[in-house]
Amino acid sequence: MTSLPRATTERRLGLVIDLDTCVGCHACAVNCREWNAGGFAAPLTDLDPYGAAPEGVWFNRVHSFEAGDDETGRTVYFPKSCLHCAEPACVTVCPTGASYKRASDGIVLVDEQKCIGCKLCSWACPYGAREYDYDSGVMKKCTLCIDRIYNENLEESDRVPACVATCPTSARHFGDLGDPHSAVSRLVADRKGYDLMPEQGYRPTNKYLPPRRRGPPAVAPAPAAPATIEGKLLQWADRLLSR
Amino acid sequence: MHPAYSVIAFTVASGAGYGLLGCLAALALLGRLPAAPGFAWTALGLAFVLATAGLLSSTLHLGHPERAWRAFSQWRSSWLSREGVAALAGYVPAGLFALGWLFLSEPEGGFAVLHPAFIGAAAVALALCLVTVFCTAMIYASLKPIQRWHNGWVAPAYLMFAAMSGVLWLTALMIGFGVGQRAVLWLAAALIALAGAVKLGYWRFIDRTASASTAASATGLGHLGAVRLLDPPHTEENYLLREMGYRLARKHAAKLRRLAFLMGFALPLVLTLVAAAVVQPWAAIAAGAAAFLATAGLVIERWLFFAEAKHAVTLYYGADRA
Repeated sequence: MTSLPRATTERRLGLVIDLDTCVGCHACAVNCREWNAGGFAAPLTDLDPYGAAPEGVWFNRVHSFEAGDDETGRTVYFPKSCLHCAEPACVTVCPTGASYKRASDGIVLVDEQKCIGCKLCSWACPYGAREYDYDSGVMKKCTLCIDRIYNENLEESDRVPACVATCPTSARHFGDLGDPHSAVSRLVADRKGYDLMPEQGYRPTNKYLPPRRRGPPAVAPAPAAPATIEGKLLQWADRLLSR
Repeated sequence: MHPAYSVIAFTVASGAGYGLLGCLAALALLGRLPAAPGFAWTALGLAFVLATAGLLSSTLHLGHPERAWRAFSQWRSSWLSREGVAALAGYVPAGLFALGWLFLSEPEGGFAVLHPAFIGAAAVALALCLVTVFCTAMIYASLKPIQRWHNGWVAPAYLMFAAMSGVLWLTALMIGFGVGQRAVLWLAAALIALAGAVKLGYWRFIDRTASASTAASATGLGHLGAVRLLDPPHTEENYLLREMGYRLARKHAAKLRRLAFLMGFALPLVLTLVAAAVVQPWAAIAAGAAAFLATAGLVIERWLFFAEAKHAVTLYYGADRA
């Protein structure tokens, strides 16, 4: 059923993304696609791959924003994938039961054998986490790499989502956000991690860590010359001599 | 939102179909169904064709139409599923009501007298017409990321527009078959006025309501200052932009709103009043034109309903508010 699991799920697996350390290299997006093109939701469509306008399904995309205007303003690289919400309307709107949220770990998935491709789930997601595969006629989305995180053929240290495994600046963290003592939960508490669009009421599992506050600008501006009598006299002399 | 023609056709046609069917069922409950086989066959036929064609056209945008039967399973959580169940269930009482009127009714003083069992079927059919149209509206009204749909105007609007187009087709057919009733004409005029008022109210609401989500809340970076998109995450189109990123120029929207209001509500109201005042064949022509114009106007109205709707995901692609 597309009804949600009762109360809270046993575990709430998700990502914590550090906007302070992300350098916008897109490695997470590329490795995500690399892994998932052969994973649970494979294949991922490439349309017109060598043509003028290539496009396809990606589970993870890196946006770049500018925030602020003065010296505190900055560029923020902003990776975004499915947030595996606690209240995922994408699941409840699904008419067929293809979309579901797992009671055991809170991961939101699509059963492609049941999906009719009505696209309503993508309308119900404010975050743009679901993309329609024009080729196979079904909806696709981030699986939190269920085929990695539970994969006993991998070394234990590799049992993390592909995006996390590849991040060169360790800006992505994976863990159980339902456990207040987990490393990711402590990170969120320490760095004041936050939800995207809390006003939508989806209670996303994934959290974002804000860019750290910067120190004062490196070069302090020179103080303006005081308007003493001596200063005024010199200015008058300057104007006189400049004629 | 991308205005997909299959969904526009579906909502306008099935709205008119359920509206007409509901009007016929209401007439049965009031004992005012004309005893005129030509009218009965045409009116029921049109209602069934419009409703069914609408439902079938809604499957055109599916990736896997052959799996559409699965959509009847999730009525506990999904308005789309509820709509499918209500639409399918409605065929039973509607079919019984049609059977009773076409084959098993007795004419008396120009009206068809139905067996109470068939009047009961008409009552259930009327209820399911209302439920189906309400479910259609709730598919849209339940979507929080689209503020212009997630509000209290959408369900009344869908119900009013279905009732209005239904009663206009009813009026046109009744006058065309020479079984017109003055009360139905006045009801049509009243419904057009109400429906037009609801549409104006909706437009006023969406123009004046501040968006709950902004680029600042979407990124959580508002504390740093104004948030602007510096680089999009991809250089080419993608599904999200094609489906959710539809943008309509404000000057075009204003023109189309005027056109939709004129064709959908203002002219049909005038033509309905004309039909009440003149004799045949002018009355039939005026009522027929009112029904056609209103339906065409509702197609524009429905196109605008999609095209003017902004989705929260656009905040990640440079929109400031949604």
